[in-house]
Amino acid sequence: MLEKIKDFASDFFVTGDPLIYGADVSIGLAMIAIVVGLTYFKKWGWLWRNYLTTVDHKKIGIMYILASILMLFRGGVDAIMMRTQLAFPNLEFLHPEHYNQVFTTHGVVMILFMAMPFMFGLFNIVVPLQLGARDVAYPFLNALSFWLFFLGAMLFNLSFVIGGSPDAGWLSYPPLSELQFNPGPGQNFYIWGIQISGIGSLATGINFIVTIIKMRAPGMTFMKMPMFTWSVFATCVIIIFAFPILTVTLALLFIDRFAGAHFFTLDGGGNPMMYINLIWMWGHPEVYIVILPAFGIFSEIVSVFSRKKLFGYTSMVFAMLIIAFVSFFTWAHHFFTMGSGADVNAFFALSTMLIAIPTGVKIFNWLFTMYRGRIRFDLPMLWTIGFIPCFIIGGMTGVLLSVAPADFQYHNSYFLIAHFHQVLIGGVVFGYFAGMYYWWPKMFGFKLNETLGRWAFWFWNIGFYVCFMPQYLLGLMGMTRRISTFDWDTGWGPLNVVSTMGAYLMGVAFLFQVLQIAYSIKHREVDTTGDIWDAHTLEWSIPSPAPEYNFAVVPVVDSRDPLWVEKQRRAAGKLPKNPPKPVYAPIHMPKNSSIPIIMSTFFFIAGFGFVFLWTWMAVLGLIGVAGCMIARSFQYDTDYYIPVEEIEKTEASIRGTV
Amino acid sequence: MNKKPGSRLMMWVMIIVSVLSLALTVWALYAGSHNYFVLDPKGPIAAGQRDLIVISTILTAIVIVPVTILTFVIVWRYRDKPGRKAKYDPDFNHSTKLETIWWGIPIIVIAVLGIVTVRYTYALEPSVAIQSQKQPITIQVASMDWKWLFMYPEEGIASVNSITIPEDTPVRFELTSDAPMNSFWVPELGGQIYTMSGMAMTLYLQADHQGTFFGSGANFSGEHFAQMRFDVNAVSDEQYQTWVNKVKTESKPMSMETYQSLTVPGTADKQTFSAFPEGLFQQLVTKYLPGGLAGGKDRATHTTPSTQINEKESEEGQSDMGTNEHDGMEMNDQESTDTNTSN
Repeated sequence: MLEKIKDFASDFFVTGDPLIYGADVSIGLAMIAIVVGLTYFKKWGWLWRNYLTTVDHKKIGIMYILASILMLFRGGVDAIMMRTQLAFPNLEFLHPEHYNQVFTTHGVVMILFMAMPFMFGLFNIVVPLQLGARDVAYPFLNALSFWLFFLGAMLFNLSFVIGGSPDAGWLSYPPLSELQFNPGPGQNFYIWGIQISGIGSLATGINFIVTIIKMRAPGMTFMKMPMFTWSVFATCVIIIFAFPILTVTLALLFIDRFAGAHFFTLDGGGNPMMYINLIWMWGHPEVYIVILPAFGIFSEIVSVFSRKKLFGYTSMVFAMLIIAFVSFFTWAHHFFTMGSGADVNAFFALSTMLIAIPTGVKIFNWLFTMYRGRIRFDLPMLWTIGFIPCFIIGGMTGVLLSVAPADFQYHNSYFLIAHFHQVLIGGVVFGYFAGMYYWWPKMFGFKLNETLGRWAFWFWNIGFYVCFMPQYLLGLMGMTRRISTFDWDTGWGPLNVVSTMGAYLMGVAFLFQVLQIAYSIKHREVDTTGDIWDAHTLEWSIPSPAPEYNFAVVPVVDSRDPLWVEKQRRAAGKLPKNPPKPVYAPIHMPKNSSIPIIMSTFFFIAGFGFVFLWTWMAVLGLIGVAGCMIARSFQYDTDYYIPVEEIEKTEASIRGTV
Repeated sequence: MNKKPGSRLMMWVMIIVSVLSLALTVWALYAGSHNYFVLDPKGPIAAGQRDLIVISTILTAIVIVPVTILTFVIVWRYRDKPGRKAKYDPDFNHSTKLETIWWGIPIIVIAVLGIVTVRYTYALEPSVAIQSQKQPITIQVASMDWKWLFMYPEEGIASVNSITIPEDTPVRFELTSDAPMNSFWVPELGGQIYTMSGMAMTLYLQADHQGTFFGSGANFSGEHFAQMRFDVNAVSDEQYQTWVNKVKTESKPMSMETYQSLTVPGTADKQTFSAFPEGLFQQLVTKYLPGGLAGGKDRATHTTPSTQINEKESEEGQSDMGTNEHDGMEMNDQESTDTNTSN
């Protein structure tokens, strides 16, 4: 009996690696600290009522961003470990098998569990406020989306200490990811972690499309929508067309592994090329999913901090929609070298280049928004200015990669690695940081510390170039991606040392950001204006942080920059100095619900069962999921009204000091 | 621009970090490899790709460089500063003329680049033969866990992790895989192509110079993927013949059993073989078809390999290998215990 348990445990838990034992201990200590802390300060009830069961888009947004910063840390540690292993030739810091797990989880975590939730967090916090809405269209679904993402991400991360991490690359090409070459549970963790959080992503896409179509303030036509909201709309359209492809692809892969089917196997008529096509039909639109909101964020920031209206609004909208549309016709550029022939390669080379046109137009429009402006260099603007040159270079190497015959030489080399990190860090990460610094005061009512933020900014930027510029050269020297080590005779050593130094600098930058957040919370200077940046859009017309119901009175919009226009009119004396007391009406609000977190937990249980092929557990989890759905269907008491007296009281207390 | 306390310290730290990084990079460029394989082609395909890389870089730089400069100029000129003289015009947010210009510029550049790309795409299509007075030689390639097997059907010899080719002669590579997909890449000779199980790909390359060229597997295939390096030795015609004869006389033949031992996952040293099982490449390509090599393993009933393929191969003239082939087929189902592979 004891032997059996021992056997089971040595398979079940990941053993034998001191790095992982170290992580086990720190995870355990952190969990104990959280539980003890919550119990000691008697915060369990507070946490449950205010966060775990909330359907408030602002709080859900905060939870998304918190989770994504944690995941940024995890993915960042993976990155540092990889760069350490590659710093010198023939290092044995990581065993090849461990290295393969690390680069796999780095990719998955950064794209799906860092970039996506950071993006959804900003959607949640900003979009309803920019639209003048009280919440998203489906608040319950929104909470469910978050918890599905969160528990999917946790399931994926569990593979680190239980069962073993996936190690077939972030897109897990078969046949390497099939049972034949990858029999352990790691690959199942990959499939189910992504599946569960993928349902959440799809639901979020639907939710925000409906929110944007149905819940705009009176007078806000589509062509008066703020540019960030436009970018969210374009992104969500891509999400609802792209994510089902991912779900189906991973489902087929799982059926292969679980039920012995032959969709992507070598034998039995299966074809791995089908998987590669399918996964990139999702995978390529996915990178536009994460970059478009960053474009939206830059558009907002560039105009506010140049004290100008956004240049070429109509062009910007069309550019974005063209990118969203064409993004579905470029997937095969990820495998020009698969031997599809010149016709196919020529088509996908051209469609890929086409995307450079609208992207170039956006850059010109940002530049001419700054032209004849008065540029302030607050943190959000600093990141925007850091983004432009970085993205120009990344975009240029992207065009170079799209030249199909030349791509035969770049493909799978460090040139490619440098390119996509340049657009993903320089574009997406810089963009989301800019968004975080810009909307942080709206989320919490105080700014993040400027000085520490500048330290972080410069370390990030210098670190970025030091890390990735050498990688372009390494690619031209023939260094391929995903190698766990290399020999002295290659001569790649010195540039790899430089690259690793750059990674460490970015690590330092991240520490500065953590310090910045901690310091700013401790020494916060509360913003009483609600409009700390002298901004243009509706979210800044209400107090920071916004009250539960967002807008006491639903605003009426007649221009693209409603707050800016209102401030100008007031300055010109066209509006009365003291507006008449608003007339409040009871506000219809959704009630909190514990079903999202419970249902997602059942999904987690089902996923865990599928990972270890414990059918009883999977069935149990799925029954729980069904039970939650039934319970929700019979819930009628799901909303309430905030009475006028309470609105008056809240408004008086938050606006009283103004 | 910022007179906050600490900003001077920050400026100095950043300058020092930047200068040190730059110095380190300069050292690395000096101390490291000077072999920019991709930019230093040793054959016509790589040369064509290098030309295309140069052309596309220049074309994109025509837009990128001025825009980058413009960015810095605009940010500097329109920064907010007391007493600034530059114009401030908050309502300047639309200009059909300007916007037409910057829709136009990228459209023109992309159109030119598109035309160039399409032309080169057809010219450099890997399955199209290289024009040459010499007959191409054929090398069959199989990527395995974690080694490369090269077979010379015309000579009847084989090698592991090393190829020898005559210079100035087109080489027709036929590629497949007997393991997870990989990619065959010799950057000095030309771009890569995937090796995939159950199918054959074609890649024409040619070396215009003698020398030893770096080759590697470029698509991740599992644990010891990093060890999948191989050398390409381009030698004169005479040296090539000498090498072929030497392999034929001095190396051992590869039986099907030897091949099975190579399929055991592991790394391998460079090896040569005076013979290999006839039609092995075709058997690998058709492995997963009904009656293929894998058929016996995965299905209850054992089927013999399709004789059609074998007949076709013998017609193509490898009669000296006939006996080995038959032995090989019978080895198929035996578990191989002997292994040449070393870790």
